[in-house]
Amino acid sequence: MASSSGKSFLGRFGVHIAVLVFVAIWTIPTLGILVSSLRDKDQLIVSGWWTALSTSSQTEAGRLPGASAQIEKDGKFVIEGNIFGDGPARNISAFGTKAQQPTQYEAGAVADLGEGVSLQLNADGSFVMQSPKAFEGDRGQRVYYASSAPPRFTTDNYRTVLFSEGIGRSFINSLTVTIPATIIPILIAAYAAYALAWMRFPGRALLIAVIIGLLVVPLQMSLIPLLKLYNGVGLFFGVPAKTYLGIWLAHTGFGLPFAIYLLRSYIAGLPREIMESARIDGASDFEIFVKIVLPLSFPVLASFAIFQFLWVWNDLLVAMVFLGSGSDQLVLTGKLNALLGSRGGDWEILTTSAFVTIIVPLIVFFSLQRYFVRGLLAGSVKGG
Amino acid sequence: MTAQILSAIFTIIIGVGGCVVYYWGANKILDTVFPSRGVSGAAAVDNLRRQGLIRPWLFVGPAMLIVTVYLVYPVIETLRLSFMDRGGENFVGLANYSWALGDREFRSSIFNNLLWLAVVPAACTFFGLIIAVLTDKIWWGNIAKSLVFLPLAISFVGASVIWKFVYEYRAEGQTQIGILNAAVQYLGGTPQVWISTPFWNNFFLMVILIWIQTGFAMVILSSALRGIPEETIEAAVIDGANPFQIFWKIMVPQIWGTIAVVWTTITILVLKVFDIVLTMTNGQWNSQVLANLMFDWMFRGGGDFGRGAAIAVIIMLAVVPIMIWNIRQANREGGGGH
Repeated sequence: MASSSGKSFLGRFGVHIAVLVFVAIWTIPTLGILVSSLRDKDQLIVSGWWTALSTSSQTEAGRLPGASAQIEKDGKFVIEGNIFGDGPARNISAFGTKAQQPTQYEAGAVADLGEGVSLQLNADGSFVMQSPKAFEGDRGQRVYYASSAPPRFTTDNYRTVLFSEGIGRSFINSLTVTIPATIIPILIAAYAAYALAWMRFPGRALLIAVIIGLLVVPLQMSLIPLLKLYNGVGLFFGVPAKTYLGIWLAHTGFGLPFAIYLLRSYIAGLPREIMESARIDGASDFEIFVKIVLPLSFPVLASFAIFQFLWVWNDLLVAMVFLGSGSDQLVLTGKLNALLGSRGGDWEILTTSAFVTIIVPLIVFFSLQRYFVRGLLAGSVKGG
Repeated sequence: MTAQILSAIFTIIIGVGGCVVYYWGANKILDTVFPSRGVSGAAAVDNLRRQGLIRPWLFVGPAMLIVTVYLVYPVIETLRLSFMDRGGENFVGLANYSWALGDREFRSSIFNNLLWLAVVPAACTFFGLIIAVLTDKIWWGNIAKSLVFLPLAISFVGASVIWKFVYEYRAEGQTQIGILNAAVQYLGGTPQVWISTPFWNNFFLMVILIWIQTGFAMVILSSALRGIPEETIEAAVIDGANPFQIFWKIMVPQIWGTIAVVWTTITILVLKVFDIVLTMTNGQWNSQVLANLMFDWMFRGGGDFGRGAAIAVIIMLAVVPIMIWNIRQANREGGGGH
């Protein structure tokens, strides 16, 4: 018995460790861009984001001012100043004048450069260089130094991407696409689902079969004909081919089979007695639908709404085909894709933009996780 | 900016309002044209019958119209276009398909898609199942599940940026800012350019989809595991089964149907994977897949609709059988509402 309890303790400990490893792998990448988006962009490119909290140190080279900056003092020629100029302050730990020995002297020490020339470089970057003879030449003394900077966090990156990189504009474009493209299919699907569940009319069974059949159609099958159709309509009526109305309808079309499938199975399961007693009281189908079916179907409507919202917000393919690439129509995913091409190495821009694009889904996800999971369980067969 | 926000709000109100007005208005008109209240008995019955004939079509009409325009017509048209030339004007028979079979890029896409199919659904289901079982046993299991589930809310493009940062490469000896290369360098290895090393880069792209979809597998499988009757497990414990035997011989067989649904759902997703490849490599370094190739041909050199349509048809031929099986299976599992 003792050995079995010992084994189960070890086993339980192992379970905790294993889950911890999985959670780490699944969260660290996202944490990386969140931390990076808040870091100073100069620190971001020289050190890993996991070192963000520690003081970053680096060895750099600088050049002191040339002979024109010298002043004569007590018979000596002196050049004074601060090696960081007006830049952010850092802490110098050591310095040197030879590339082979960049940290030859402690900060604050006086280095003898020969021929009576001396250089003192202090921890705060201020320096004094003295010589018995006048300095010559425009190029000043080369200095190497090891400096450390305290961790700096800033929201500057967010200000930059939101207001000068166009992410703010794309954010609004994304909302403009997503909100109607979520509400419209819910309305249309709910009416259709009610009719398919509770109203009698010829061809009902066939319609249900067609809807389920359309669940299997991949999105790719629709793109080319719709692109041609949109261009044709645009040309014929002399209107732009790429409009918000166009993409709302496209997302509605692609989302409808799943929406009807999901909503119909739920609405068909509502208790018959409620409908019948309402009908006896003289309520029309329209009134029954609005006053009874819609409120009772709230959970499934919420599930579908979250699905559709996330799917439209995160969509790139449909937006690339049906919307233009101008700043008035480029959605967040498209903008992020464009930035990957144009700002490939600027990680402060990319990480911040990425975080802006994922923050809305994350909020929706965390606040409405219950409905999201319920939708997943009910409709794991989403086509798209 | 304000003008954009105002016009966005305006377009949203118009779009959503239009829908509301249609349903309310159409219904109102029907009630006015065939009134059932305030008319004599016989006429009221007559009008009620007429209403009953028309109203269902008012309700399903918009859905039918949109589905016809956006799904039914395009499927037929894409099938037709796949036998036409690049502009969709002249019939070319099977030329697009025979071109595809001979095209190096197409063959490489098929190969890569098969690779994705072999790895991603299996990995997602495997990790999802393991995490579902393990998190069931600990007090902070729900928090752990939420965190693993979280990437499911992130777009493929966002996830691509996240992982591109993980894979970021700097020359050997420099400070690595990508965590993978930093780890490799820390362990004494040589940093690699992960996403442009042919063949292996496929796996680094797959990691992204696995990272996103494992949460999906985990949630579905976790709920299936909860449905396993306690007695079967207790009986196994009494019979002296060890945890591995309980897992493989008692739990897995009972949720086999759900595992199959998860597996096929992810399989379908993999066949349509597009965004990840587009944003990470755009098919360079032999990482092309069918969906991205299709998108490419839609616009390449002004667009070749014939070839694009042929690739779309091939994707559909691959998806449809799996999808049909998946829906059947899901219905049998009682997938329509837990």
